Order: sequence, then structure tokens, then C-alpha cells
Amino acid sequence: MTEIIKRSKALSVNPLKASSTLGASLAFLGLRRAIPMMHGSQGCTAFGKVFFVRHFREPIPLQTTAMDHVATVMSSDENVIEGLRTLCEKSQPDVIGLPTTGLSETQGTDIARLVRQFREQYPQFESVSIVPVNTPDYIGSLESGFAQAVEAIIEALVPVSSCVGRRRRQVNVLANASLTPGDIDAIRDWIEAFGLRAVVLPDIGDSLDGHLIDAEHTPLTLGGTPREEIAAMGESIATLVIGASLNKAADVLRTRTGVPDYRFDHLMGLDSCDSFTEILAELAGVAVPAKIERQRAQLQDAMVDTHFMTGFLRVALAAEPDLLAGLCALLGGCGAEVVAAATPINADVLKRLPIAQVHIGDLQDLEQAARAHLAQLLIGSSHAVQSAQRLEIPLLRAGFPLYDRLGDFARPWVGYRAARQALFDIANLVLEHHHDTPAYRSVFWSGGPREREESASFSASQAHAGLVRH
Amino acid sequence: MKASEITALQNEPACSHNKEEKAGCARPKPGATAGGCVFDGAQIALLPVADVAHIVHGPIGCSGSSWDNRGTRSSGPTLYRIGMTTDLTEQDVIMGRGEKRLFHAIKQAIDEHAPAAVFVYTTCVTAVIGDDTAAVCKAAEARWGVPVVPVDCAGFYGSKNLGNRIAGETMLKHVIGTREPDPAPYIPGMRVHDVNLIGEYNIAGEFWNVAPLFDELGLRIIGSLSGDARYREIQTMHRAEASMVVCAKALLNVARKLNEKWQVPFFEGSFYGVMDTSQALRDFASLLHDGDLAERTEALIAREEAWIKAALQPWRERLAGKRVLLYTGGVKSWSIVSALQDLGMTVVATGTKKSTAEDKARIRELMGEDTLMIDEGSPKALLGAYKDLRADILIAGGRNLYTALKARIPFLDINQEREFGYAGYRGMLELARQLALSMESPVWEAVRKPAPWAKSKQAGTPVGLSHD
Repeated sequence: MTEIIKRSKALSVNPLKASSTLGASLAFLGLRRAIPMMHGSQGCTAFGKVFFVRHFREPIPLQTTAMDHVATVMSSDENVIEGLRTLCEKSQPDVIGLPTTGLSETQGTDIARLVRQFREQYPQFESVSIVPVNTPDYIGSLESGFAQAVEAIIEALVPVSSCVGRRRRQVNVLANASLTPGDIDAIRDWIEAFGLRAVVLPDIGDSLDGHLIDAEHTPLTLGGTPREEIAAMGESIATLVIGASLNKAADVLRTRTGVPDYRFDHLMGLDSCDSFTEILAELAGVAVPAKIERQRAQLQDAMVDTHFMTGFLRVALAAEPDLLAGLCALLGGCGAEVVAAATPINADVLKRLPIAQVHIGDLQDLEQAARAHLAQLLIGSSHAVQSAQRLEIPLLRAGFPLYDRLGDFARPWVGYRAARQALFDIANLVLEHHHDTPAYRSVFWSGGPREREESASFSASQAHAGLVRH
Repeated sequence: MKASEITALQNEPACSHNKEEKAGCARPKPGATAGGCVFDGAQIALLPVADVAHIVHGPIGCSGSSWDNRGTRSSGPTLYRIGMTTDLTEQDVIMGRGEKRLFHAIKQAIDEHAPAAVFVYTTCVTAVIGDDTAAVCKAAEARWGVPVVPVDCAGFYGSKNLGNRIAGETMLKHVIGTREPDPAPYIPGMRVHDVNLIGEYNIAGEFWNVAPLFDELGLRIIGSLSGDARYREIQTMHRAEASMVVCAKALLNVARKLNEKWQVPFFEGSFYGVMDTSQALRDFASLLHDGDLAERTEALIAREEAWIKAALQPWRERLAGKRVLLYTGGVKSWSIVSALQDLGMTVVATGTKKSTAEDKARIRELMGEDTLMIDEGSPKALLGAYKDLRADILIAGGRNLYTALKARIPFLDINQEREFGYAGYRGMLELARQLALSMESPVWEAVRKPAPWAKSKQAGTPVGLSHD
């Protein structure tokens, strides 16, 4: 069992954590014609917006109840009612997500009551779904806030039903916070390869993948899971749950609909891909398509080709629990060792990790552990750039936020193809940073012609690329 | 912070906004509000101080989504880029352990990083639960002998602008005037003058385009708020002979109080555009009453202007006649106008949401009586104006960047987070390059034209059967 080292210091240095309020907002951004409104001070939203805009390089619909000092002291109830009315009047969304913040929770807001009050006061906006969720930023992190919002969405939008399998080719996918738009696409393709149809909740693959649309501007999300599809999740034949953080949301969905579920901590690396593929074949009642077989064989080939670089590779990981679990599996499957790991919050999945220790902490903790255990590669968000520089090891970017590289926000990690690409990238980083044994210069050369030689220097890539020495 | 203190801060006699009757601050409208909070503003103004440990006292929301996301640059220490927060837990909030955690956090920062000083930022939650941040800072300073400055900037106090002002006020109260400057080095044949820059944040290192000119003229910047600043320099700002307030009404309080208390005269100016850069240098010379400096300044201006005129010529040919829709706040609404006119471009409209009556008069003077001023900055309004006025490019803050790109419109980012510096004579070259780069890009045509098979409006119409 993994040893979980809890936080023991007063100051968090270079935080790894982003707030649960942000996570909940992200989940709502994966719904069609939706907009999240944070219940807090306007800065909560402004920072959140900048965070997502820089990561996705997309306009991000996000609003605020704009608590000022009067509302903070007297009451902010009216802010919520007024904010909801303004959004309903201005843009008639399908869904308004309403995550709370540390400020409103400390004040003691009863967000569910406020939604009821709004319903009574403004029955004309009945067609707009409103999903409140309690996400003070002093509890949890982006991943857990996201999971709470998914749970709240299911509670609010999936009716209690018992019509499992009415849509005979439809499967539900509950997608956790670490899945990128590219991951969602990959999962959808994978499922469609078996002749099945996926309803992905939430679907940031459709809303935040970065695509130009005909309309020049929309105040709401540009895609995402449609509300009608969420309502029909009870008619699917099965639910595929990706990420242990969503277990509670999955319980709720199963209780409400009776749809059987299959749970995966992640879909990274050969083994988890195989289990997922097997389940799909079983659900669809068809053989595994040749295309998938081929992708699997390609991954196996890449594992063989790259194992010279990935074997015994000492890796440091900074990620939220679900992503951490996936990366550990991917790396473990190719012979690498995770020698340092840090994650912002505790979670059940951490106990099952195939590694010795994990720090609940920040990038400072990770950096110290990585230095102590001589890590050779770091995997983390753009915030880890400085750590990697100080450690003088390469960085592979994953997680939130990714603001110093274009396209990484959409990079797929799950499935056979993405695993293959990840292995190539890791191997290439290792090659680029490979250091040859420094040349030894003999004492007997002094005074001779060898002393006047320019010392030869080979770059690692010259020496090694495509050329494996046995 | 008391309500009366906030009201007092909102009253800035040196600010031209202040002359009109106070209508009371408009309350932000729930569900229709954009822009940052007081904490955001305070961080913008103080985070560039490079050798200070900046501790955000609150739960993760405030620091977690904002650390290391500013465009400001330092020529030395990088301590300011390290995100530090007390990251309060639910237990801390409920049990009131925030103050204790803060005290230990300050110690940890001092032990690990040996900062020149520690700045502690209050946030909404710690203000609401009543943590006495100022007392903790005082105790920590007494205990460990490092200056610890409380910045009382809970987000709900108000807007970003107020946050800037609180930051300035904090520096006046705790930092400025606490040390005497080092003696200026002797430079033969030149009298050295000490000056301040207020409201210059060295975004993308842009001030480094201008800094060599200051050296050449013998103007020593003894303190800056706060681009590439050091704590010990801010301490000495009261000994400057003149201050320049750069493109920012929000920090006028600092300049005014430096003048009132220590008789440091000041002027407002900008380093955007050839004319404004020259004017700023002239204003320094005239405030300093140094005839020799004035002469040398004129010579330098003549040399630099001749150089930039020649260097810009090829760009001017490409950019002349192009139409610009400008949407920026306040002072920048006119300072950028003159920079664009230097390039022969036509500014078809400008945003004036944050501009004063004086700013607007200045715009009319520059652009003519019937120039269009846009007060509302919603994406829809901007895109509408862009189309109606047949503009070629939109210049606005980063917030509108992806709005413009989604609408397939060339764009130039003029705000905080941008990646290029436009200040000074040299910055004009970069500005011209970036403008041409976006407007002349072949991508616009590529993304505007329909797919070749989309000739028929009806999807799925067999090829050859469409009649248009």
C-alpha cells in the first residue's frame, strides 16, 4: 500500500492545487448552451476565467454574483436571485451552473434554498435548469469540485427511471476532470468503433476542443452534452465510469436509473485499455474490430522500441489523483519507476497506486522528493517549468494549467494510440537529455599531441537517435 | 478595512475623475460583471517587486488560479514568481487557526527564501473570519527582523482599480520613507537626478526599451512602482526629485502624497508612441529645472526620432490607411491613438469606458470632433462596431482576444498579460511588426472562405445538382 504523506507545513509554496469552485465550473462548461456563475466576489470569476482562457485558448463563458462589501456583511441572497434573472433574461441558457466559493460558504449561504426561491419568484424561467453545488475552495481541489458538479448535474437533470436499454446501442460515459478534449474524442471513437453510441458527461471534447463556428459570438458554451441527452441517460445499456473521483456520481446515476456501470480508475497504458476494449466488445456483442487490434499492436511495438529509454527511468509526477493513477500505470507498464509523486488532495485511489509514497502537497514537496530520489523526468503542468529547470531535468506537460504550449490542452492520453504517442514523447525527452560518459583524459597525454586536441563533444541526439547500442 | 477608509481611498483629489459630483459607486451587477477584484488589483501593483515573498493569506481559490500568471519581468531575483499561500483548510476557517498558520507561514518563507521583505495579502475569507493580519505581520516582523507588510485587499472591497490604490497606500504607509537612498555614482560631465516611476510594470520587459535613455540622460530611477523593482528601492522613493505617473490614474495617490509630504513634483505621461515618449523625457527635464539636461534631452530626442522615423518607414507604407478599432481603458485610449497615428493608421473608434472628461477632450483633439467613443465593451457591441466601421484590426485587452479570433478578426493584445513590449521608440517597431503580422496574415482568408464542397447551402445535395 502506498504511504500517503500528509501536509505538515504552514505555507504552500508553488501550489499544485486549483480550487474546487474552478473544477465545478469546468464540469458545467462541458454542457451545451450552459454558463457557470460563481457565487462569490467578482475576482473569483475573473481569475477563473483567465485560468481557463489561458489553458484552452478559447473564450470562456463564466459569470459572478459579484458580492461586494455590503452584500458580504448584510446578505448576498439577492445577488444570487438577481444574477440568475439577469442570465435568464440575457441569454436564455439551457443550464446555469451555480458553484459556491469560500466567501459565500463562510458567510453561510443556503444555495439550494435560493434556487427554490428564484423558482417561486420567476416561474417564467422554468425552462432554464439551475444546478447549485457547494464548492468552498477550502475543501478539495479542481478534481473533487468537478466530481461534485457531475453528481449535482445527475441529481438535477437525470430523472429517476427504470428503462435500462431502451436505447440499445447507447452507453453513458462519466468523464473525470483530467480527461482532455482529445481524450473525450478518443473515447468516443473507441466506443463508436464497436457500433455503439456514447453520451459523454460532461463533454468538454465538444465544447472546449477549439473549433471555429459560423456564429461569431455566443455568450454560452459552444457545444457540450445536450440537456435532452443527459435526461435520456437512464435508457442506456451501460455506464462507463472513467476515474475514481467519479465513483460517488456513478453511484447516484446507478441508483436513479438502474443502468449497470463499469468503473475504470483510468484508461492509460495497455492493461486498462484492454479491459475497456473487452467490456465494449461484450456490450456490443461483436468481436474487437481490426482497427482496434491494429492500434493495440502499434502500442506494443512502441513499448518494445522505447523500453531502452523508459526502462528504470526515474520519474517525478505532480498531478491530481485520477491523472496520477493513470500516469503511474502507463509508466509502470513500460518499466519506469515513479520515485516522487505529489498530489493536491487525498483520495481513495491513492492507496492503490503501485508506488511507495505520495505527498499531499505542492510543487515544493515534489521538487524536494524528486531531488532526493534523483528523478530523471518530471511530469506536471506548466507551473512545474521552474521546478524542472531547477532540477535540470526535462518536463512532460500534463494536467492544469497548460499555458506555455499550444495544443497541449487537447492532447489525448487515453487509449492505445495516445499511450503510444506518450511513450514516444517520453523516450524523445530522455534522448534529448541523455548525457554521455564524459571523456577521460589520461595523465600520460600531457605534453603530447593529444593535449592540444579540441575536446570532442557529441550531443546526445547525435550519439543515440535511431542507434541503440547493445 | 473600514468602510470609511475605502471611501477615503476613492476620493483622489489629483485625479481628473474626481472633479465631478460623486454619484456613488455603481454596484457591480450580479450575472453581468466582468473584471477583477481588489486582491487582483493589489497583486498587479505589487507582485512585480521581485525580491519580496508574496504570501496570499486565504484558501486556494485566490492564489491557486493566479500565481505566476503576470507578464512582468525582473532583471534579477525571481522570488516574485514563486506562488505562496496559506492554503487554508475548512478546519482552519472553522476553528480560527488562520492567524497561527499565517505566523508560521511567514517564518517558513523567511527561512527558505531569505526575502528582502514579506508582503501578506488578505483575501475575502480571511477578512470575513476576522483574522488580524496586521497584528500577525507586526509580531512576525518583531520576531524575525524582516519587514512584513500587510496588504489589506479582500476581493469584495471592490474593483481592481481600488486594489491598485490600496497597494499604493500600503507602500506609502509601510515602505516609502523608511530608508535613505545610496549615494549616486559620479558620472563625469553630468549632473545625476533621482526620479521615480509610478505605475510602470515592465510588462514583457518593455521598459528595458526605455531604460538606456534614462541612463544616458543621467536620470537615476531610485524607485519604481513596481516594474523590476526591489524592496529597498521603494523605501527611498521619497527622496526623488521628480515622479512620473505612467499610464495609471489608480496610483495617482502615491504621486500626490509624495508631493505633499516630501515635495516631489510629478507629471502624468506615457511611453507608448514616439510623441509621448519624447514628451515624457521633456517633462522630466522641465520638472528638474536643469538647462543642461534639457539641452541633452532635446539632442537625444532628435537623434532617436530620426532613427525611429527611418526605421518605421517601410512599416508605415504597409500600415498607412488601415483602420483600427481601439478598445482600451482610460489613459491608453489616447496614448495608443497617437502611437497608431504615428504609423499613419486611422483610428475609427476608441473605447472610453474608463476615460475621464480630460481623456476624452484629448481624444477629440487627436482624432477630430466626430470620433466615435465606445462606452460599452461587450463582445457583441465590439464586433458590431468593428463591422459597421469597416475596421481592419481590433486592439483590446487579452480578455477579448479569443472573442475576436472566434469572429475571425485580426487582433492586437494591449493588456497586462501580453507577450510583447511596445514601450519607447524601439517598442514602436515591435508594435508595427505585430500589427502587420496579424493584419497581413493569410489565415484570415483561409478561415473565412467556405469549404469548396459547401457551394450549395443544403448539406447533402448531390454534386452537379445545385443551381447557384
